[in-house]
Amino acid sequence: MAEVSLKNVVKFYGDLEVVHGINLDIAHNEFVVLVGPSGCGKSTTLRMIAGLEDITGGEISIGNRVVNNLPPRRRNISMVFQNYALYPHMNVRENLGFSLKIAGKSVQEIDDAVNDAANILGLAEFMERTPAELSGGQRQRVAMGRAIVRHPDVFLFDEPLSNLDAKLRTQMRTEIKKLHQKVKTTIVYVTHDQVEAMTLADRIVIMKDGHIVQVGTPLEVFEHPVDTFVASFIGSPPMNLIEGTINNNKVTLSDGVTLPIPPKTGNSLSDGQKVIYGFRADILMPKGHTLAKGGQTADLDLTIDFAEPLGSETILLTKIGGVEIQAKMHNPRPVKEGEVLTCELSIEKSHLFDAATGRTLKV
Amino acid sequence: MSKRTKDVIIWFVTFFIMLIICLPGLWIILSAFRPNGEILTKPAIWIPQNLSLDNFRAIFGMGDNVVAIPVGSYFRNSLVISTTSTFLAIVIGMSGGYAFARFQFPGKASAFLWIMLSRTVPGIALSLPLFIIWSRLGLIDTPFGVILVYTAINVPFTVWLIEGFFRQVPHELSEAAQIDGCTRWQAFWKIEFPLAKSGVVSAGIFAFLTSWNEYALASQLTRSTDSKTLPAGLMDFTAQFTIDWAGMCAMAVIIIIPALILTFLVQKHLIAGLTFGGVKG
Repeated sequence: MAEVSLKNVVKFYGDLEVVHGINLDIAHNEFVVLVGPSGCGKSTTLRMIAGLEDITGGEISIGNRVVNNLPPRRRNISMVFQNYALYPHMNVRENLGFSLKIAGKSVQEIDDAVNDAANILGLAEFMERTPAELSGGQRQRVAMGRAIVRHPDVFLFDEPLSNLDAKLRTQMRTEIKKLHQKVKTTIVYVTHDQVEAMTLADRIVIMKDGHIVQVGTPLEVFEHPVDTFVASFIGSPPMNLIEGTINNNKVTLSDGVTLPIPPKTGNSLSDGQKVIYGFRADILMPKGHTLAKGGQTADLDLTIDFAEPLGSETILLTKIGGVEIQAKMHNPRPVKEGEVLTCELSIEKSHLFDAATGRTLKV
Repeated sequence: MSKRTKDVIIWFVTFFIMLIICLPGLWIILSAFRPNGEILTKPAIWIPQNLSLDNFRAIFGMGDNVVAIPVGSYFRNSLVISTTSTFLAIVIGMSGGYAFARFQFPGKASAFLWIMLSRTVPGIALSLPLFIIWSRLGLIDTPFGVILVYTAINVPFTVWLIEGFFRQVPHELSEAAQIDGCTRWQAFWKIEFPLAKSGVVSAGIFAFLTSWNEYALASQLTRSTDSKTLPAGLMDFTAQFTIDWAGMCAMAVIIIIPALILTFLVQKHLIAGLTFGGVKG
């Protein structure tokens, strides 16, 4: 069993506090993705779990054992680095077997474990090559192989796909997911790519400025973002956010357009309160090009500035309340610049955030 | 211009430049095998008439013309002093180079600059202060005194060269090794050192050659067979009124040979060391 638990973990670099007392419990066999923009502290957090960075305060435990003062080699973890960190002077076989050799395993044991890992990852034919003779995807696989031969308690991945091209990245993403199903080990994965986070994670941890902003399953964070940061960070395209004011139980946007208050919003709203109205592109659709029906909707006549056809759907760029927003057209037809379309906005799936704090007002 | 003509021109230019570079060395080697009379003839005899090993026999105390020079002791001193000072310069250079490449500490940039600036002082400028200090410390005419000086001269260079090599080794490799079960020390020896080995070897060669060939300071700080090195021993061939050019050249050849052999043995590393930074790994 290998749960990972972070209690009030703090990290200072000199006088600069980069991780502000974070708390996180990761269950055995769970795939957790830490995601956030550059400098949010996600890699530092991962490196603290690995033992590559000291922690300034708090407690980290792996499998119910506090590891604060243990060096990386005593934590029974494996890590896949962004640049793979394969040993250039060793061939694939030696790279895979290095940790077992250090652990003093017999030649037979090393061979068996290395061959197993090579078979799982399809590396058998490259065993005698050096890292320089491998492609990016193969190097990535060797890095994963090196991580799995030891049967660690926890796998740590530090942006492992960011050096790969788009196609290979999608392919390796699937392989990582499959690997997790095969080896069933706790995984902590760091990325700045929300698509990776959404597709891989059992739970996503969204970080910003050294704080954990939200923890939840991919659907939870997508459908119920706790604030405007999560709303705009998760999902592609990002959530449309328009400032407005509460007026007679409606939201008045800057150009006079009024929208109903989304249901399930707390009833502490007062007239004149500044809010941010949020909705995703796929709940604002031109009439006749919508998906599922039902629920409360509002009709808006929108002038289309620009259309981006993607094949099965078209992204429409338009403006509401002076803010550039995106809408989605399913079963698309050609759209001309300047064309006015009546669009249907699902009020039920819209969000309302406090303008001052950015926190959601939904309950 | 055809490719062939171009090749011929390049070949001749290269040959001419190499001739200029190699001629003094070649002349020394030739003179080592010729009698003194032939060397001193005017006009010069370009094509050797009498080649023999007499000059070598003489300095090793064999044959008819014995020159009383303790080549064996000088050779032993040179070897002990050069290898020990090289070893020390490499150990210090590796520690310093690794620290400069891997760790952040206050005053790092200026410390590195000051170490490098010490290279701008001409060695001979140190001879007088060194002589005074060494004589008070009783280090004149001791191998230890010379070893200390050569180590100090070589350390800035070895630190600089080795630092560059360690900086090229991504720090993630050491981290990966530590996660794979290594201690920091094991990670260094099993991963980082093998990758920076070319730099360490070339730094070692340069340090060895500097110590092996150094003349100016050795001639000041050494006196007797206790500490005198081969280059300083060359002066033994000068007397009040005569210079035994043939013997001196034979001794110079004896000095050159070990350095040449060593350079050939490690030339693979040397080339990697000299061209580092040119190719991104």
